[in-house]
Amino acid sequence: MKYSLVSSFVVASLLTAHTAQAETLRLLTWGGYAPEEVIAKFEAETGHTVEVTTSNNEEMIAKLRATNGGGFDLAQPSQDRITSAQEEFGIYKPIDMSRVNADLFIPSMLSATAGNTTFDGDVYGLPHVWGTSGLVVNTAMAGDVQDYTDLCDASVAGKVSYRLKRPTLIGFAYSMGLDPFAAYGDADAYQGILDQVEAKLTECKPNVKTYWGGGDEIKNLLRSGEVVASMAWDTGGWQLNADNPDITFVAPEAGALGWIDTFVLPARGRADDAAYDWINFVMQPEIAAMITNTAGNFTAAVDGDAGVSADLKARYQGSFDQTAIDNIKWYPPVPAGLEALEGATLDRINAAN
Amino acid sequence: MPFFILRGCNLTHPNPDLECRDLTKDFDAFRAVDHISFDVPQGSFFSILGPSGCGKTTLLRMIAGFQSPTSGDLRIKGKSMIGVPPNKRPVSMVFQHLALFPTMNIGDNVGFGLRQRGVNKAEIKTRVEQVLDRVGLPHVSERRVDQLSGGQKQRVAIARCMVLEPDVLLLDEPLGALDLKLREHMKIELKSLQHAFNTTFVYITHDQSEALVMSDNIAVMSNGRFEQIGSPHDVYHRPDTAFVAGFVGDANKIDAKVTEVNSAMLTLATETGSEMKVEAAGTGLSVGQPAQVFLRPEAIALGALDAGAESGANTSQGTVETVFFNGANSTVTVKDGAGHLVKVAMPQTGDFATLKKGDAISTCWLPKQARCYAVSGNA
Amino acid sequence: MVSDRSRLGFYLLLAPILLWLVVLIILPHIGLFLVSISEKIGPREYETGFDNYAVFFTEPLYWRTFARTAIMSIMTTALTLILGFPIAYYIAKLTRGRTKTTLFLMCMIPFWVSELVRTFGWMILLRETGVISNTLQYLGLVNGPIEMLYNDAAIMVGLVYTSILFMVVPLVTTLDSLDDSLIEAGYDLGGTSTSIMREIVIPHAMPGIVSGCIVVFMLSLGNYLTPILLGGKDSLWFTGMIYTQFITRFNWELGSAFGFLLLALSSLVVFLGLKFSGQSLSETMGRP
Repeated sequence: MKYSLVSSFVVASLLTAHTAQAETLRLLTWGGYAPEEVIAKFEAETGHTVEVTTSNNEEMIAKLRATNGGGFDLAQPSQDRITSAQEEFGIYKPIDMSRVNADLFIPSMLSATAGNTTFDGDVYGLPHVWGTSGLVVNTAMAGDVQDYTDLCDASVAGKVSYRLKRPTLIGFAYSMGLDPFAAYGDADAYQGILDQVEAKLTECKPNVKTYWGGGDEIKNLLRSGEVVASMAWDTGGWQLNADNPDITFVAPEAGALGWIDTFVLPARGRADDAAYDWINFVMQPEIAAMITNTAGNFTAAVDGDAGVSADLKARYQGSFDQTAIDNIKWYPPVPAGLEALEGATLDRINAAN
Repeated sequence: MPFFILRGCNLTHPNPDLECRDLTKDFDAFRAVDHISFDVPQGSFFSILGPSGCGKTTLLRMIAGFQSPTSGDLRIKGKSMIGVPPNKRPVSMVFQHLALFPTMNIGDNVGFGLRQRGVNKAEIKTRVEQVLDRVGLPHVSERRVDQLSGGQKQRVAIARCMVLEPDVLLLDEPLGALDLKLREHMKIELKSLQHAFNTTFVYITHDQSEALVMSDNIAVMSNGRFEQIGSPHDVYHRPDTAFVAGFVGDANKIDAKVTEVNSAMLTLATETGSEMKVEAAGTGLSVGQPAQVFLRPEAIALGALDAGAESGANTSQGTVETVFFNGANSTVTVKDGAGHLVKVAMPQTGDFATLKKGDAISTCWLPKQARCYAVSGNA
Repeated sequence: MVSDRSRLGFYLLLAPILLWLVVLIILPHIGLFLVSISEKIGPREYETGFDNYAVFFTEPLYWRTFARTAIMSIMTTALTLILGFPIAYYIAKLTRGRTKTTLFLMCMIPFWVSELVRTFGWMILLRETGVISNTLQYLGLVNGPIEMLYNDAAIMVGLVYTSILFMVVPLVTTLDSLDDSLIEAGYDLGGTSTSIMREIVIPHAMPGIVSGCIVVFMLSLGNYLTPILLGGKDSLWFTGMIYTQFITRFNWELGSAFGFLLLALSSLVVFLGLKFSGQSLSETMGRP
């Protein structure tokens, strides 16, 4: 009995060792970040299999929190949501830089992300896809909308939509001449900013048709013309631009809000080899270009924009001149506890009549 | 018997409570009720007796107002009821399964009709108590329907109708669901209730004994038509048609051909050659026509083999086939020489108590005790 | 011996339901309750207390949303009953055989697609550039496009649509069991349609009405998608609030407390409903 148990254990561990070369990668990511063709190529090249679950920042964290960092082998939250989640829930494990081909990453982005995702001296995130949120505007009907606060203008009353989420608070704060990121470290100062934004958004409420929730919803609203100006992601604007040249992404005067989605290893992920393989695979320039073409956003891969379609490049350049790029406000890591303040503000705006 | 006829089938009674004239009801191609006319005099108990599917329920529902006749007229106390909805008719109905409202207590059930009429609460209470008292159920107002026995429910259902003092009370086989003993009891009780309330009852049933016991008049119904309207005595002893003779009461049915007609006295022969004499006036039968002879079991006398027969009686010899002992209703089947089985009522004197299978015996009946009908196309 | 074996059989038969109750219902609720009574005082630092429940009562937004959700759910239930009763009455009492089956099936057809699709269907109909708005404009009844989405009425429409089957089914079952002769007896005794409905049909259908109302109320109260998708800027729904606490705010503690409050609220409303209608839960649910 004992022998058979031991021997089966040995067999099992041998089998595990054997399959170490070919693992199943359970990837928790955003829609478009793991296109079918990329997965097929990856599976053919490495022998791993990939299971994709698409999600968003909050759900990624909630899912990992529910399992204490299990259930997935690689996740892709935005860089500003890593340290606070790690501090609160301990759901990630540090990146082993020796296993990452750093040459594939644009050095400035790699180091910026490393800086933003360092907790207790360990680096937890690698940059992957970046983009901005700003304004998506139907220029034929609301050409005057150039900044976040322009959404509250009477000329677009009832034809405006934005999310009731933290980017809206930040965007409006910048547009009102405030600097919320600078106040991140000072809860009182931040609360002061939030109070001003709350007043503005409450005042703006009658202008809003509805607070949108999902990407498809806002695209439908813009496409049908029910909404002519909104706060949304750049890719959404560019996708709509392909169908209707009047609609496009506008980098607001106060600055677009820049985000970087990262690679992180969940604390109890089982297929680290496959995870590192995936990271090193998708950061190759030609693969990165494939992802950019499906997701609509550029990556942190060196030469990743070389293979990107000319249309997308043109739309990007149409929305961002050099000033606009320089003016992008990159999200710093959110200190733990800040979200509670923002949540209360959002609740009050929601409840206001 | 003449006094029966006076109260009985009299189509021109001076003040009938209910009159039907040529009442007809068609369902698509099917005619459920076919040109029926009858009167029910005030205070009488009128039964409509027929097998299931004969149209009696349709007829009753037309009187109640749940169905409207295709043609014909229906009058209650002289007023035509055509187009009058059931809730405006001066009739009440006791349903087959009584239809007491299970969500109300007895008092509310009985008071339902009065509440609809807007009678004030105090008066409803008194009248409900009164009527419950009259049906012999005082102090049950607060009980639930399911706390009563079958017979009590019956009386409540009648009370619920009678409290409204209807001109005509319709009863749709209300005794069908009761067990035999209770049914026998309720027959008598219903009759006495009818008598006490002195209300016109129209009662439909397929049970001839219910009809015979309770009714002043019976209409025997078949295929949407009335075969006969008459007193129970008439219907039993002088059935107008072969159907009535066969349906009401027990009868031996003998198929035969007419061999001789001598004014009212017919001589008939069965296929196997046995002859019989039947006294039947006005049948219109002539020699050679097929006919049906109906003979009640109690009209046949049993006798010892050598018993001297009364002159003119039909006699035959046979052997006992089976004895059915059923107390006062015991019968015996006798097989005659030609192999016909005849059902004979056992005399209640106890004379033949020792009769057993295989005993030789003679049967004897008088020509006037049998009924004879021509075999018509549809019989 | 025999009784031992039959007892074993009894427990074996009982095992799945017990397992289901304990593993899927009781244990998660205990866990949720423990989470709801832990107060967060710092990163990964918690202490036990009822602060989360206190937050609910001190923050008007929360209890207002709570009351709003309950009131709208009750209104939805009432509306569903008003719409569902005639439908059920028609199906149970005025149709026979094939027509009955067909009508019953038609009530169920919407449930062959997912709730999300059904809700999107309503969005297509009600939105400013949607079917109804366009039809009205085409017919010349209105001048400009009209927005019917993003308000409380749209939520009601969606909720009633989603839950009407759960009202119709128990009503049809109880009305089916109402003997037609009771209705006829009512007419025969001089009752009018109204008084028969009030005194005979409705009292008889009461168990069906109550069980239908309980189910519809619970479904509406616990609905998430419909209020979120069809509702407007001010249309807060308590389940949405719980979702926000759990997912966007990472505040499981408050979310759990809200969950328990929702459980308490629904139990309370059902209890009051049963008291008010004079029905007992076992009578209502035990009757098919």
